[in-house]
Amino acid sequence: MPRKEAEVLGRGRMGEIAGHILRSSRADQTEVSLIHSVEGLTRFAANEIHQNVAERDTQVRVRVMIGKRTGVASGNQTDDESLAAIVANAEQIARLQPENPELSSLPEPAAVPSIDAFNEHTAACGPERRAAGVAVILDRARKATLQASGAFSTTQEEMYIANSLGVEAYHPYTVGTLLTVLMGATGSGYAGAASLDIDQIDAGAIAETAVEKALSSRDPEEIEPGSYTVILEEEAMADLLFYLGYMGLGALSVQEKRSFLTGRLGEQVASEMVTLWDDGTDPRTIPLPFDFEGSPRQRVMLIEKGIARGVVYDSFTAGREPGASNTGHGLPAPNTTGPVPTHLFLAAGNVTKEEMLASTERGIWVTRFHYTNTVHPVKTILTGMTRDGTFLIEDGKIRRPLRNLRFTQSILEALGGIDMLGSTLKLCKRSFGPFAVCAPAARIQRFTFTGTTEF
Amino acid sequence: MRELTDRALDTATGHGAAYADIRIVDRRAQQLAVKNGNVQQVGEDTNCGFGIRVLADGAWGFASSGHLAREEVDRVAALAVTIAKASASANTDPVEIGPPEVHIDRYETPVKLDPFAIPLEDKIETLLAADKRARAVNGVAICTGRMRCRREKKTFASTEGSFVEQSIVETGLGLSVVAVAEGEMQRRSYPNSIDMHQETGGYEIVQSWDLPGHATQIAEEAVALLAAPPCPSTVTTLILDGSQLALQVHESCGHPIELDRVYGTEAAFAGTSFLTPDKLGGFRYGSEVVNITADATTPGALGSFGYDDEGVPAQAVDIVRDGIFVGYLTSRETASRLHRTIPKAPERSNGCMRASGWNRVPLIRMTNVSLQPGSWTLDDLIADTDDGIYMITNKSWSIDDKRLNFQFGTELAYEIKGGRLGRMLRNPTYTGMTPEFWGRCDAVCNADHWRVWGTPNCGKGQPMQVARVAHGTAPARFRDVRVGLMS
Repeated sequence: MPRKEAEVLGRGRMGEIAGHILRSSRADQTEVSLIHSVEGLTRFAANEIHQNVAERDTQVRVRVMIGKRTGVASGNQTDDESLAAIVANAEQIARLQPENPELSSLPEPAAVPSIDAFNEHTAACGPERRAAGVAVILDRARKATLQASGAFSTTQEEMYIANSLGVEAYHPYTVGTLLTVLMGATGSGYAGAASLDIDQIDAGAIAETAVEKALSSRDPEEIEPGSYTVILEEEAMADLLFYLGYMGLGALSVQEKRSFLTGRLGEQVASEMVTLWDDGTDPRTIPLPFDFEGSPRQRVMLIEKGIARGVVYDSFTAGREPGASNTGHGLPAPNTTGPVPTHLFLAAGNVTKEEMLASTERGIWVTRFHYTNTVHPVKTILTGMTRDGTFLIEDGKIRRPLRNLRFTQSILEALGGIDMLGSTLKLCKRSFGPFAVCAPAARIQRFTFTGTTEF
Repeated sequence: MRELTDRALDTATGHGAAYADIRIVDRRAQQLAVKNGNVQQVGEDTNCGFGIRVLADGAWGFASSGHLAREEVDRVAALAVTIAKASASANTDPVEIGPPEVHIDRYETPVKLDPFAIPLEDKIETLLAADKRARAVNGVAICTGRMRCRREKKTFASTEGSFVEQSIVETGLGLSVVAVAEGEMQRRSYPNSIDMHQETGGYEIVQSWDLPGHATQIAEEAVALLAAPPCPSTVTTLILDGSQLALQVHESCGHPIELDRVYGTEAAFAGTSFLTPDKLGGFRYGSEVVNITADATTPGALGSFGYDDEGVPAQAVDIVRDGIFVGYLTSRETASRLHRTIPKAPERSNGCMRASGWNRVPLIRMTNVSLQPGSWTLDDLIADTDDGIYMITNKSWSIDDKRLNFQFGTELAYEIKGGRLGRMLRNPTYTGMTPEFWGRCDAVCNADHWRVWGTPNCGKGQPMQVARVAHGTAPARFRDVRVGLMS
């Protein structure tokens, strides 16, 4: 019979499932990854809630190694029979394939810090509370004759990784996210926030910011594409940094010579104001103290005062590079992507966004980007659109709203043009998992826009 | 199964639902990857669960669980109603879903060779053979080959009396080759970009594409691209190959015709659409040679099925006829809404609601949105082009949140001079505005060049859902296009 799992499994029950698998496996080495999640999400559009969902699931993933062969099987049922089938499947897959001489061993045990990232209020948040938060935004939108859309979500997740060499890591966390776009006939405004603690998400403040942006965005005018000074708000900066990390701040991309950092460690690659690191243990992010192999996440300095210092590793990439050590940035292994930074931090500066604005003679203010994508990973060129609040700056003031613009820009060159950084970091959650970027706003002297659109 | 679905529907109704449906999904998926001569990844996933969607007090509620048992069905059905009632507390307009849809049926993807019955060793051997041939070409740095297959069994039941069982099988494959030099990296893929082309059907799909037979060519192209001159920055005539055109259709036509998006339900995330209802039936989307359909019955296409996840039958509908925008992709709710404001618009859904799994609510998704073939051969089209660029296989993509301003990059391009293909060009890109671009389409190749390209990675919704869709295309020509944008 399928086994029903509780809202919170706890280390005990997850250890029980993992122990059952480890004991039943006949492979040389075995790894168990468990993720138990309870999620709720309320979506709204055109001032109505149109989607309201709840989900509970337990993912079980087993990786085995038999000599130089590996196999992975997964499922979402936790009764003994289903678990046995997953283990047997992983073993069979491993036995049927040729040896991979690059495979070495699962990670050895290492101390993992315990980080409190579980908030009871977030875990207890139900549809009524989410609806109440959404109602605050809808009410404010209706009063301003604007159309509100957005989402209010809560996630409660427990991760447990164990392997036959003694790795055993457990981490529960919660996170809530509320974001909205308010639209008028000719303009829109965005605001949003994420926090481990739902009580820290202020729907009223989010509504006010979005209303102000939406009303200021009415009747935008076109501006010629070209190179401009820009002030990028935190979400826009976070978008660029995430892509930078994905494109070239993982060890595999350097080892395969497809990273912009290939052969450039120790060189000046960005403005001296840029200090970028990854730290999954910092309480300001959505902490995750270990990676998908159960290895402790290290704080890794990537760029220090503009100088390239390092990249992140998993057990595989550390094992194939003399002198390298595992920094705990592995994705579910094995994979062809390699390790990636998942909790980036860009060091804050010492000015407010208002001070940045006041000191800018002419430029463009960007609230956030849309549909950013890689054009050339080695040259770190991205393209994307601005959206939900793009403004012309003249003489230190927001002069008028602008139609949205397409950028095509080398991010490394953009980091070289930073001359001001905001004094506060904002937690910007990515779409998938507990991955986030903590970024300040930034002023960049030269940023290339290559097109415009009709709104 | 009937016992569980009846129980779910009765429980939801008992708690106050005016309408309810349940989907039970049982999925098995297998994926393989080889990289540089080694088996990198072989994995298999089984996943099952159910989702219950209800209308109560005029609002939607949805709850799901991976634990398929009587008492859990009761809990989830009651929770879905509670959620709907919470939604209703903030709403003013009750949801209407139009006339009932009652279907009792079974659908299975036609499969010649069950992909799960093919020994793993055979699949690995095929991938390693392709990998070996690609890496025999001097200058290849990375070669990755992949295969994927999936069987999804779905049971749908509703309080209106529907009971539909489906078994949908997909098989996919892909090979990508990367060559690197200082400050430069070039990739070639086969048959399509992102390492993966996918169709509905069995292992016969893998056999038909012959990965090993194409490995040498794409490897040589990747290496040659390192030394090729860059795509010039200019305005010129552009010919797109079928696979790149498939993504062009996807981004600039497929998404803006999703009627839920038009009504704003994706506004805060994926965006809205420039194709507002006032444009239906009269707006010139493209030139007269542009004819686009959405056909969920296309044999073997990745977006083909028997019934959508509202239990509506798969259909074929016109989207753009002789360049004029004439149709949307709809759901029961959005079709009903559109019909109330534009009575000539169909009242019934054209069957595009799909969820990525048991734990997701259905959204309007593309089926097989296809550009219909024209009359040209590719050779004649190139011969008829005095000066231009031929771009092949997508590499990058981006489009604004109303689906107007787009920019694409492709892996490979050739210049066209005096009606002949000339030099290979590196890092090609092009940009434009959707109706203007399609308005400049003056030729589409014929049915001999037309084939359906699977897009297995279409993202939409919160929580994110990844859908499998497809696009039939033949190469086409566009005049006066801006190409060559790099910072």
